[in-house]
Amino acid sequence: MAAVQDGPKELDAEKETKPEILSDGTSNLLGNTASGTLSSSPLTAAPAGGATKMEDQQTLIAVLQFLKRNKLSESVEILRREAGLGEHQEDSQATDGSGGGKGDGDGGDANSLLSRVSITSAAAPQSMPVKKDQPDVSVVLSAYSQQGDPSLYQVYYSGLKNFIESVLDCHRAELSQLFYPLFVHMYLELVYNNHETKAKAFFDKFSGDQECYYQDDLRILCSLTKKEHLKGNEVLLDFRTSRFVLRISRDSYQLLKRHLQERHNNQIWNIIQEHLYIDIFDGMPRSKSQIDSMSGSLAGEARREVNKAKVFYGLLKEPEIEVPLDDEDDEAENEEGKPKKKKTKKDSLGSKSKKQDPNAPQQNRIPLPELKDSDKLDKIMYMKESTKRIRLGPENLPSICFYTFLNAFQGLTAVDFTDDSSLLAGGFADSTVRVWSVTPKKLRKVKSTAELNVIDKESDDVLERIMDEKTASESKILHGHSGPVYGVSFSPDRNYLLSSSEDGTVRLWSLQTFTCLVGYKGHNYPVWDTQFSPFGYYFVSGGHDRVARLWAMDHYQPLRIFAGHLADVTCTRFHPNSNYVATGSTDRTVRLWDVLNGNCVRILTGHKGPIHSLAFSPNGKFLASGSTDGRVLLWDIGHGLMIGELKGHTDTIYALKFSRDGEILASGSMDNTVRLWDSMKAFDEVETDDFTATTGHIHLPDNSQELLLGMYHSKSTPVTHLHFTRRNLLLAAGTYNSQ
Amino acid sequence: MEERRFAEVPRESIKLMAESSGVELSEEVAALLAEDVCYRLREATQNSSQFMRHAKRRKLSVEDLNRALRWSNTETICGYGAQDALPFRPLKEGELFFVEDREINLVELALATNIPKGCAETMVRVHVSYLDGKGNLEPQGTVPTAVQSLSEDLLKYYQQITRAILGEDPHLMKVALLDLQSNSKIAALLPYFVYVISGVKSVSHDLDQLNRLLHMVKSLVQNPYLYLGSYVRSLVSSVMYCILEPLAASINPLNDHWTLRDYAALLLSHIFWTHGDLVSGLYHQILLSLQKVLSDPVRPLCSHYGAVVGLHALGWKAVERVLYPHLPAYWANLQAVLDDYSVSNAQVKADGHKVYGAILVAVERLLKMKALSLTLAAEGSGAGLPGTTTGAVSFRENSPGLSPPPEPLSEPPLGIASHLQAGGAGCPWEEWTPVSLPAMYCELYSFFGDSLAVRFSTGLPLGGVPPPGPCQPLEGRKEPASSAPNLENTRKMPQLTASMNISPRQDGSPRMEPQPPSLAATVPGRSLARSSSSSVSRSRSSSSRPGRSTSQSRDIFPKARFPLPQAGPPAFSFIIGGRQMGRRCQGRRFQTSFSPTPPLTTHPPRAYAHKLPVIGRVSKPVRRWTCSHYSLHLPL
Repeated sequence: MAAVQDGPKELDAEKETKPEILSDGTSNLLGNTASGTLSSSPLTAAPAGGATKMEDQQTLIAVLQFLKRNKLSESVEILRREAGLGEHQEDSQATDGSGGGKGDGDGGDANSLLSRVSITSAAAPQSMPVKKDQPDVSVVLSAYSQQGDPSLYQVYYSGLKNFIESVLDCHRAELSQLFYPLFVHMYLELVYNNHETKAKAFFDKFSGDQECYYQDDLRILCSLTKKEHLKGNEVLLDFRTSRFVLRISRDSYQLLKRHLQERHNNQIWNIIQEHLYIDIFDGMPRSKSQIDSMSGSLAGEARREVNKAKVFYGLLKEPEIEVPLDDEDDEAENEEGKPKKKKTKKDSLGSKSKKQDPNAPQQNRIPLPELKDSDKLDKIMYMKESTKRIRLGPENLPSICFYTFLNAFQGLTAVDFTDDSSLLAGGFADSTVRVWSVTPKKLRKVKSTAELNVIDKESDDVLERIMDEKTASESKILHGHSGPVYGVSFSPDRNYLLSSSEDGTVRLWSLQTFTCLVGYKGHNYPVWDTQFSPFGYYFVSGGHDRVARLWAMDHYQPLRIFAGHLADVTCTRFHPNSNYVATGSTDRTVRLWDVLNGNCVRILTGHKGPIHSLAFSPNGKFLASGSTDGRVLLWDIGHGLMIGELKGHTDTIYALKFSRDGEILASGSMDNTVRLWDSMKAFDEVETDDFTATTGHIHLPDNSQELLLGMYHSKSTPVTHLHFTRRNLLLAAGTYNSQ
Repeated sequence: MEERRFAEVPRESIKLMAESSGVELSEEVAALLAEDVCYRLREATQNSSQFMRHAKRRKLSVEDLNRALRWSNTETICGYGAQDALPFRPLKEGELFFVEDREINLVELALATNIPKGCAETMVRVHVSYLDGKGNLEPQGTVPTAVQSLSEDLLKYYQQITRAILGEDPHLMKVALLDLQSNSKIAALLPYFVYVISGVKSVSHDLDQLNRLLHMVKSLVQNPYLYLGSYVRSLVSSVMYCILEPLAASINPLNDHWTLRDYAALLLSHIFWTHGDLVSGLYHQILLSLQKVLSDPVRPLCSHYGAVVGLHALGWKAVERVLYPHLPAYWANLQAVLDDYSVSNAQVKADGHKVYGAILVAVERLLKMKALSLTLAAEGSGAGLPGTTTGAVSFRENSPGLSPPPEPLSEPPLGIASHLQAGGAGCPWEEWTPVSLPAMYCELYSFFGDSLAVRFSTGLPLGGVPPPGPCQPLEGRKEPASSAPNLENTRKMPQLTASMNISPRQDGSPRMEPQPPSLAATVPGRSLARSSSSSVSRSRSSSSRPGRSTSQSRDIFPKARFPLPQAGPPAFSFIIGGRQMGRRCQGRRFQTSFSPTPPLTTHPPRAYAHKLPVIGRVSKPVRRWTCSHYSLHLPL
């Protein structure tokens, strides 16, 4: 992990030596370091599985070689001693290593590397399928170098095409999934082997057959005609290194296998063997619409095994707080007795979450910060407000207040409201962050230390006295970033603000002094989004380096690195119980990560464009995701299944939010509209029994129109952010676009 | 044929680009490079779209592309960060396209005193858009901007107008100026236009832009619906800048900044004529600044020229009070310049001639107007009050811009001394003592010699009354003497004609300058007629003034001043003989023959005196004369 953070260049060098080894090794390192850093927790990170002992050794050798080359002899010694490696072992490996490095050339950059890192960690699930599918990475990389007769590629492809078109309807839809990955791999093979004109002809002949939602990828593919181009292109590197996942029923698969064996069509068979992962299931073949709803991501569908892990999506129990603040005893109990002990206690005290949710994680699964007095006060406020909350429903839609940013010539890029809707933060393309007070209460800074020394610390209103009245203003500007700010997030206690920027840093700002406290460096590339945990202390960030990172405010290094996405992580959201993190990506998948061990526990495919917004339902059971294709997809987290598709928006959805009780989902988009959806109905209509079916193949009802409760136009103001107040008033924010 | 999916860079372009940096490329290399360039461009564009998406925009900006380039360790492209779309223009010849990239004078920009106003503060405004799911009909309010209270339409109008006026299309400019002149709804925009005009200081290198800005001033001044108020000061200062400042454009002798100065002076006079009530306070101030420039020998001659035409524009009284008393001192300097025949001095000398000419024009009118005022004064005393008022009115109508309103020409029947009292608001000229017309004439004659006389002679056929003979002009000079008998001068002073071409009633384009000074045409005629019957002349002049005056002067000037070869046979031909006497230059005998094709060789190059009147003219495209030393050889 250190290598990942310290610089892409080192990694680059490593990759040259022994790329295949490195990828496995890095994921391993990640796991180890993460568990080490999370010192505040009694957790033990699960070993990043999949790496055999042999590979461990290879990794070490690769690292040694790298160190040697960089004349870090002492480190070499230390590492050798620690690992108990003999010199001869290393030398014997060195020869193959350098050979491979030469073949690979010096192309590629950190991104390509990272992609490999991520791919392997993702593609190395703990339980391997029965089929021999452990990716033999060396084969994957050299695969394109094996020469088939380039002129026969078209024949092969059209042969397969004819076959698939001739099979029974029920199989045809399933086997048609093969077209796209085969097409891409064959094209890349042609390009890789310098058959430029053949590749072009191949592309022109068959590109029209591909599904329309692959157009974006095809466009990139089309521009790529030279072997040299392959090296730097991230998207294509994914194709070279990752296996495209297809789900095919056993019958269809047998059909295909038989056909290919009869024809001795080794070329295609090789590609299927080496570049595709066919997830075979028993049962009815899926229909075209079923397939279409799940496909579209960069690397095919998720394997079923990936989504089998148990997710504790239930909510944590609320700490018990009497509305008149508890006395000291109770407080102490709350703090210490948060763990199991509390369970029994809670039941006796009645509260809304008195029943232990069977799906909830253990209260102390993730160490959470203790509640401070001010937090308790806020909780009381929250409860009071909740009693005045409006019950929303199809008959009772929320009122909408629009916060319009005016004169934002510099470009508004991100917005966040505090939970109590008292503060509003905007991130701007001119590197500034601006904070506004939405209430009449002005923003004030804390007095300087000299002035603080003279105030009476014993007085009751000391909190008021420490504020400098002279600095009161409606808004404050925070300077510090050196690139556009792409994400902002308030801490739940309203004392801090996070901002992530193009400059590769996440900054923590104090809302008491309005100064920058920490700059978290780790993403060496633009950081697209960041968000505080609902309990504070932790936060997550995701960026162009294709990983999401979990941080704690008091650690300058990340506690976890969630690697696996094949492209930029565009948005990050904490699960309401803070045990999970959802990330949306340009690779058109949503992934759910376990904060405890850094594992990817869900891969949700079905989006046809980069995902730019995510929202968990308040009960933690469901997830909504919005993408550039203007669709909102609803997911059942427990089963890892898509349960709804909300069509209607005509442009990228940048904002999604569930109402406080989860009855309404609001979506805001670039198309200048806010739409309200009946989420209760959407969730109810999916029968739970279906979920238990192991196939997980669901028929999505096309009921977007029924679910759409309202569509509200703004005046040429794209909706950047949505927020439900504690009383269920919907706040929307965006910048007025005068053109 | 396969369809092309992408824009491609042809190999010819690659070769061209390589050649421009001095590299020869073979066909194959160019083809390979072209392909790679296309690919890299596409890649960069694709990467940049990510930045656009995350900035939540729909429009890809240059900044996005630059970020993508920066992250791929490529040098960024500078200079295209402007928000406005860059005009992409084709070249008429050949299929060449280019992005228009104007040169910006950084020094001017940096030293510009007018700092553009910042944009309005970023703010958040909340609005209940939908109450219980129902739309709020209450208007959302307007966007508060730095440009307060401007409606969107006005803003658009403002942008269009400024763009049209400062743009390239002359037709569009004309339309815009016309509209600016007549639009009744642009009062709110006045400050913005004034602000734009105050930008003269930043474009002093660009005559064209200066000209456009002055035209803008003129349109604003002429717009009857606009109350200029205090903005008139800013306008005047902009105009004064054009008149007086040694503009950056003046460095190049090929630039015709003289015309610009003339035009600016014309505007100044127009402002004083039409907005006298607003600018009266400025009158004295401006006179002082003009005087300061004139008396500063360090200033370049073009500034002096500006001062002279400025004074001229402010009226003959300004000339009388500032220029005339200052002339003896100034003359010495000018004479030194004019008498220097060294080649290195050629340019300065040419400039000197310009100043000379301008002074000449100014003093001529001074003499003429003075004579006229005497006439009117005498007449007024005779005809009684009603007559004077009508006379005054008609005069003002006929000759707008001659004098600022604070000093009506014929108001009091007190003679010359009356001007003292009428000296304009806030003009304390107590120390100034009036000089009698003859004395003045003598003095001026001693400077200019017969140049003065020659110019008067050009007014011969004026006034609709064909002069009976060469003695008539002589009488003409004497004619006012009938009412001012104290003029004992017996010198030849054929007729008072001002070559006044600064008149606000002209359409204002300096290019059309040879257009007739309405005044010059009418005044002498009227004064002539008035000697016999003032009432008749008044009625006639007022009734038939516009058409006649223009046509006549059009006849006159080309013949008298520029008997160009193509001008056809002249209507008259005469000889002026005389002795040029200067106080400081030795007397010279000269004889000038006005003939259809005056041979160049007849003029000895060393004698400048008889050419000067022409040089001094502001009417013809002066460029011709300022080009070189030879420009002094004029077909006079």
